[in-house]
Amino acid sequence: MRTFLAFIKKEFKHIFRDKRTLLILFGMPIIQVLLFGFAITTEIKDGKMAILDLAKNRMSQQYISKITSSGYFILKENLKNYSEIEKSFKRGSIKIALVIPEKFAENLGNTNSSVVQVIADASDPNMATMLTSYLSGITNSFAIEKRLVPEVPIKIESKMLYNPENKSVFMFVPGVMTIILMLVSAMMTSITVAREKEIGTMEILLVSPLKPAIIIIGKVLPYLVLSLINAFTILMLGFLVFGMPMEGSRILLFLEILLFIVTSLSLGILISTIAQSQQTAMMMSLMGLMLPTILLSGFIFPIESMPRILQILSNVIPAKWFIIIIKSIMLKGVGIRVVWKETLILAGTSLLFILMTIKKFKIRME
Amino acid sequence: MHLQMIEIKNISKSYSEIKALDNIALHIEEGKLFGLIGPDGAGKTTLFRILTTLLIPDRGTATLMNLDTVTDYKKIRRQIGYMPGRFSLYSDLSVQENLEFFAQVFNTTIESNFEMIRDIYVLLEPFKKRKARDLSGGMKQKLALCCALIHKPKILFLDEPTFGVDPVSRKEFWDNLKKLQKTDNITTVVSTPYMDEAALCDEVALIQKGKILAVDTPGNISKKFSHKLFEVKTNNNYKTLLFLRKMDRIHSAFMFGNSIHLTLNNANEVTGLTTELTANNFEFSIKNIEPNIEDTFMELMQKE
Repeated sequence: MRTFLAFIKKEFKHIFRDKRTLLILFGMPIIQVLLFGFAITTEIKDGKMAILDLAKNRMSQQYISKITSSGYFILKENLKNYSEIEKSFKRGSIKIALVIPEKFAENLGNTNSSVVQVIADASDPNMATMLTSYLSGITNSFAIEKRLVPEVPIKIESKMLYNPENKSVFMFVPGVMTIILMLVSAMMTSITVAREKEIGTMEILLVSPLKPAIIIIGKVLPYLVLSLINAFTILMLGFLVFGMPMEGSRILLFLEILLFIVTSLSLGILISTIAQSQQTAMMMSLMGLMLPTILLSGFIFPIESMPRILQILSNVIPAKWFIIIIKSIMLKGVGIRVVWKETLILAGTSLLFILMTIKKFKIRME
Repeated sequence: MHLQMIEIKNISKSYSEIKALDNIALHIEEGKLFGLIGPDGAGKTTLFRILTTLLIPDRGTATLMNLDTVTDYKKIRRQIGYMPGRFSLYSDLSVQENLEFFAQVFNTTIESNFEMIRDIYVLLEPFKKRKARDLSGGMKQKLALCCALIHKPKILFLDEPTFGVDPVSRKEFWDNLKKLQKTDNITTVVSTPYMDEAALCDEVALIQKGKILAVDTPGNISKKFSHKLFEVKTNNNYKTLLFLRKMDRIHSAFMFGNSIHLTLNNANEVTGLTTELTANNFEFSIKNIEPNIEDTFMELMQKE
């Protein structure tokens, strides 16, 4: 026990004396959450817009003010003729342009329709699609409001459950937490074991009467504690800065986070039994873990719209299951009865990694 | 009658194609300071790793204190001290912290075994708060030795402990080893590429390409030299060496520091040699000298 404590103490000293490690451990989670939360967002806010109003009548004025008051668009330019549209796009000052025809909504009586033209900058396709659909949504409701069109017999009344405002931060907080936990647990542990191999202290540790289990647990435990602190920080940022909801049980959330940390740690230790140098350990964790985690976990790209083969592949990514679990708990407030399958998958994966590590861990050198 | 501490029987070890150790047999008695002398890549580290239970030999067995290195590795690990080729210390921990950690790993304390490391530790004491990475080579080496000694091992394995250390520290280090041997009766196996250190051992084994060339006391090893040895000093060693090597009467000629050591096919031809060198306008002096271990090693290597 005394030996074990000495080992843990030494491990913490390594962590706190290395500025780079500290930065990865504590700087990165905060920076990532804030970055994802504020900068990278899929919501539409203040879409830059130019309007070419050829009608200049009361109806067109009302239409424009309806658009600009929605909060989704900001009127950057009032254009005078068609040729200015392309110039504005090329300057990059606008994302979308709207052309209101002459006699807008005046001749509705005769033809029963009026056409407005929407031109979007599709060099950012997602943005273009969203802006156009938002704009057509506003146009439709304007038309109904002004009784320009009769009430449609079938109306869609949509309600966004669990995330009514469609906030992307609800997606990013669980996603960032997953990535950070994976990074801290898997990458940092694999690097620290590889470091001992590199500087040769592993040789002495192996020759000493230390049991392999003590070496492994001693390496893992400090990172378990730090990962928990990280998870806590990220959640706090989510709650306080971004107003993340917390619908489900806190204890369940804590246990699930703990489980995922164990999964990542066991993966990190497994990598370290194979990697002989810090560089290899880092490459293996970055290429083998981080990239698939970011790409295939459903964090950034929805799994449903991936090719079939990638969808199947995504099942072996522990992060995918963890994201499902925490979103279910935090946003939907469900209990273990709903997420037991995902929990079991994570537990099974951890067990598999631990068994493989025990089998692969060498009490000798090769 | 001395106790056999280490018994190595017909050990071979290969890394894929390369034969690192080829049928090695050695026995080392208790309390001896045993030197393993050989160039880089001779197989010294591999042999150390087998003896410290870190590697399993392909063939053959090794026993330490009658314990098998493969089956009884746990018991062995408690009783040996090992200093790997590089000074394996935690560079971000201080002198004190390194020492404490290794003491605790072996379930002991610095205080309980302080007697053993006292002489070395007093030199380290002024720097005990300093991080290991900021120590000089000689200090690092002393700390590594302390760490290897902290649990009172019965056998000490030192893999090239003086590599990259200044001559003064090297001498101090060997004095320490001698002292440990005398006061604590520790059996020490030390490897080194430096021939001058070989002379300080009780017994040495010359190792080359995984094979043991000779095992004996340093004095006896020197006597194994089969020729009369001459030392030639000139103002241009390199040119002279090339010239000498072309001569028929020369058996061997090597650069040795700032002189040339040479043997003749027939020792009586030395007068013939001097006339020939003088005829070729070489300024030189030649004298008959006693061979040392290095001369013997060079000769044995050539025979292989």
